[in-house]
Amino acid sequence: MKEISISELAGTFAENKDVAKKIREGTLLPSLMKGEEVIIDFKDVESATQSFIHALISDLIRRYGSGVLDKLIFRNCNNNVQKIIIMVSDYMQESEA
Amino acid sequence: MRVFIPNSAFLGNIDPFIRSIDLSDPDHLMVTGNRRWLSVHPVVITMIASLGLSVGPSNVTIDLEARSRHYLERMGLFDLLGAQRQSSIIEHEPAGRFIPLAQVKGSSELTRFMTEMIPLLHLEPDNALPIKYSISELVRNVLEHSESDAGAIVAAQFYKKSNIIRIGISDTGVGIRHTIGRSHLTESDLAAIRLSLMPGITGATRREGGTEQNAGAGLFFIKSMAAIKRDFFMVYSGDAMFKLLRSSKIIAKRKLNSDPFRDRHSAGDGYPCWRGTVVGIDISLSEPLEFSDLLGIINRTYVNTIRERKKSKHRRPRFI
Repeated sequence: MKEISISELAGTFAENKDVAKKIREGTLLPSLMKGEEVIIDFKDVESATQSFIHALISDLIRRYGSGVLDKLIFRNCNNNVQKIIIMVSDYMQESEA
Repeated sequence: MRVFIPNSAFLGNIDPFIRSIDLSDPDHLMVTGNRRWLSVHPVVITMIASLGLSVGPSNVTIDLEARSRHYLERMGLFDLLGAQRQSSIIEHEPAGRFIPLAQVKGSSELTRFMTEMIPLLHLEPDNALPIKYSISELVRNVLEHSESDAGAIVAAQFYKKSNIIRIGISDTGVGIRHTIGRSHLTESDLAAIRLSLMPGITGATRREGGTEQNAGAGLFFIKSMAAIKRDFFMVYSGDAMFKLLRSSKIIAKRKLNSDPFRDRHSAGDGYPCWRGTVVGIDISLSEPLEFSDLLGIINRTYVNTIRERKKSKHRRPRFI
């Protein structure tokens, strides 16, 4: 199982979409293509923007459908981060329905 | 181009200032102002800086009395434009008061700006969050969509008496109509601004859910934050301006509108044609906002809007 730390890559306020894209293309997609689960750790992340989370996971939901959420485990998310992840996953699933 | 800075221009009364801007002769900029004193929203300063950068420092003339000049110097206008200061002022530590004008041209530059400049406002973490959020999303919009070589010009100021942070972000890029028009038909700048404020509308694609890098949610998100907190929010692009007005507490807390024209607002066209986009926002620190509550409301509105929009696209078979 792969693990990535968002605060190490994007800081405590995760807003850089270019970093999100690098994580998505460099780690998430290759791991998912191998059938691996990935733990995305938000420890020490005070908040993230919707744009960052969108760049991180929307393409995965579009490519693989909502089932991809069974392969992604979001760890140590505070309330704000959780709600933004839920928002992006909700509107992507609604968009793709 | 000519800009006259009045003694007061905040989002509530900014319309006459914008109407007074003369954007003819795009190779020169003349800035004059009220002789006695100036008290203006940072968005006014970002607009002047954007215009100044577009003509270059040698083509900018600033004709102001010392007292008025002082304010613009403190906000960093002369430093940004590379123009010569005329007065010798003692710089105070800016912490706790304002973020002087900054030019942000790239993604990592924005991240650095966020890390270094936001602490200058000396805010509690809960208060800093909406500020960081707004600046990040608005500046990234400029970097991704404006096609402006000058990037985004940003400034912010804390107003102690009203307990409000005011933020201005300007660019001299292609403007909202050009960007939205890549994927949506728009008959005017105002129509384009309206679309840009709706959830899930992006110039990058017509597809619901956006592209892998763009959801079309940034401006809707910030307008929603202002609506719930009952703050002013303004977008000016091309010859049109939309301004979210303050509504009563009862209306603001009830629900969000996906169509900005259903909010309490003023909107119009016929303004001097601004090549690019200008956004101003007030964030009141007196109206506490549980950020996670706001996210919940935005999520419901966003998903419902997508559902309704998809349904409206359905066509029924015709039988004869």
